[in-house]
Amino acid sequence: MNNVFVYCEITEEGHVAEVSLELLSKGRKLAGELGVKLEAVAIGSGIEKVSQEVFPFGVDVLHLADDPRLSPYRTLPHASIIIGLFKEEQPEIVLFGATSIGRDLAPRVASALRCGLTADCTALEIGDHTEPKTGKTYKNLLYQIRPAFGGNIIATIINPDTRPQMATVREGVMKKEIHSANHKGKVKNLDVSKYVKESDFVVEIIERHIEPQKLNIKNAQIIVAGGYGVGTPENFKLLYELADVIGAQVGASRAAVDAGLAEHERQIGQTGVTVRPKLYIACGISGAVQHRAGMDQSAQIISINKDPNAPINQIADYVIIGDVAEVLPKMIKYYKQNSK
Amino acid sequence: MTFRIVVLAKQVPDTRNVGKDAMKADGTVNRAALPAIFNPEDLNALEMALRMKDSIPGAEVVVVSMGPGRAAEIIREAMYRGADRGFLVTDRKFAGSDTLATSYALSLAVKKLEPFHVLIAGRQAIDGDTAQVGPQTAEKLGLPQITYAEELVSIDTQKVIIRRRLERGVETVKAPLPVCITVHGSAPSCRPRNAKLVMKYKHARTTTELQEETRDYTELRHERPWLQITEWSVEDLQAETDKLGLAGSPTKVKKIDNVVLQHKESKVLTAADNDIDWLMKKLISSHIIG
Repeated sequence: MNNVFVYCEITEEGHVAEVSLELLSKGRKLAGELGVKLEAVAIGSGIEKVSQEVFPFGVDVLHLADDPRLSPYRTLPHASIIIGLFKEEQPEIVLFGATSIGRDLAPRVASALRCGLTADCTALEIGDHTEPKTGKTYKNLLYQIRPAFGGNIIATIINPDTRPQMATVREGVMKKEIHSANHKGKVKNLDVSKYVKESDFVVEIIERHIEPQKLNIKNAQIIVAGGYGVGTPENFKLLYELADVIGAQVGASRAAVDAGLAEHERQIGQTGVTVRPKLYIACGISGAVQHRAGMDQSAQIISINKDPNAPINQIADYVIIGDVAEVLPKMIKYYKQNSK
Repeated sequence: MTFRIVVLAKQVPDTRNVGKDAMKADGTVNRAALPAIFNPEDLNALEMALRMKDSIPGAEVVVVSMGPGRAAEIIREAMYRGADRGFLVTDRKFAGSDTLATSYALSLAVKKLEPFHVLIAGRQAIDGDTAQVGPQTAEKLGLPQITYAEELVSIDTQKVIIRRRLERGVETVKAPLPVCITVHGSAPSCRPRNAKLVMKYKHARTTTELQEETRDYTELRHERPWLQITEWSVEDLQAETDKLGLAGSPTKVKKIDNVVLQHKESKVLTAADNDIDWLMKKLISSHIIG
């Protein structure tokens, strides 16, 4: 069997992206289970130090494409390198971060290689499959698991006959784990001119404004999150007040973001960030499965909701049946009273 | 040569308004119970296409949709807002197509509209949220791609300048034509229907739809050829059937699980002062907060 590959995205600051390190951790486990090697691909400019960042995650081979024309990211040159390399290496499995870059690149690669691709997986497992009609069995396939159809179902997707089996995964879904601090792999420097052609550079970047990541809900210990049920921007301000008092970050459900109550970078769930805080206070969030996929690993969950039957209540440790506008000021008041 | 903008649009079940009857007893999705709507980001794409048309005299906007017969509804909707012509890629043999097989079929359809200058679509459809069909269709047609377009900065007959929305900022790019663009939901929303266009296109029908009409449209069609929504079948596209439908889809659904919540013992409180006071004391004493 061939190897597991992870596309390592390079951040604006020239480091390997968090999501890629998380995928290397997952890739290491999958490779171990399959008894194959873990390989990484990094494409950029001046990235020779990337090897030190990825080897502790158990990377056996790092393919490096280092060329000034390869940063900032552009679709065509990166796609040409990946497609060319994969045609040679024939990976078994390839993982991409479900980022602006990964979601731009992976489909292009999948189309060229005519292989399957599953977006925004929330779990990846190895398993067998028997085709019901033909009785043909397949060993050690990648189960690509994701919520689908508005979150009403969880689908397990497989690619029985085509390789590589490709998936994208959001940041925070997989756990980042060092494999071994002393692990050393091999670096293979790619001859960039062999893969890219002049016409790959037709799209020209004329201006960029990249803001430093200001929010860090992902690593927050306490999160106060609001849903559509919060209702108004005024009520949403109460979330910030409570967060301020108890030292929390403010998150939001997709419905709240879509309604303009919160910025997109606060979105928690399958298409937002995944969080594991020690306390999650869900305010006016009904709890669609996509939202729960991003927060159900929280150590403690408080749900504040007018609806006693809101789905989120079923995974909550404490359910407060009531109006957010009434409950939050009381929480602030009694926190202040009791914490002195 | 007419400056041609091809818009890919999809009719989708409105997954944002999922009711209690959305799932059947056997755990499968009851599509009939969900209203079918114009995929939201495809409307953003239509608007960007119409703005291109506004800035290039004589340009035309052609809508291509793939789906069952009733997807002609969104082609008419696009016409009411300013699209000039529409094509419906429809055939039972397309059923079960994943994104790869879908992009194959769409690329054949779009090829029939060559020479075109811009291929534009929403970033993703709300029933799958994959964002894969745009880039995959671009790859099959050998077009460069600009994903997550937020603003049309400028366009002429040779090149387009687009501002893109990225996770941590924005990027402005220039590309020669033809190019494939996918549009982000943060782009301007679509203009409303235009009363004159509603009058002009309200009788637009596919041939299949006409067969179900009691009125005889033969003469009207003859006078007003723009009322024809052309249907393209597998045969019309000369598609290889092993690249379509389930057979042409590398991804297979192994298993579908209905979402069943794990029930956890939860303590139910009210908004009364003593309940909230008790909870805050409890959280503080257990060092969860404070």
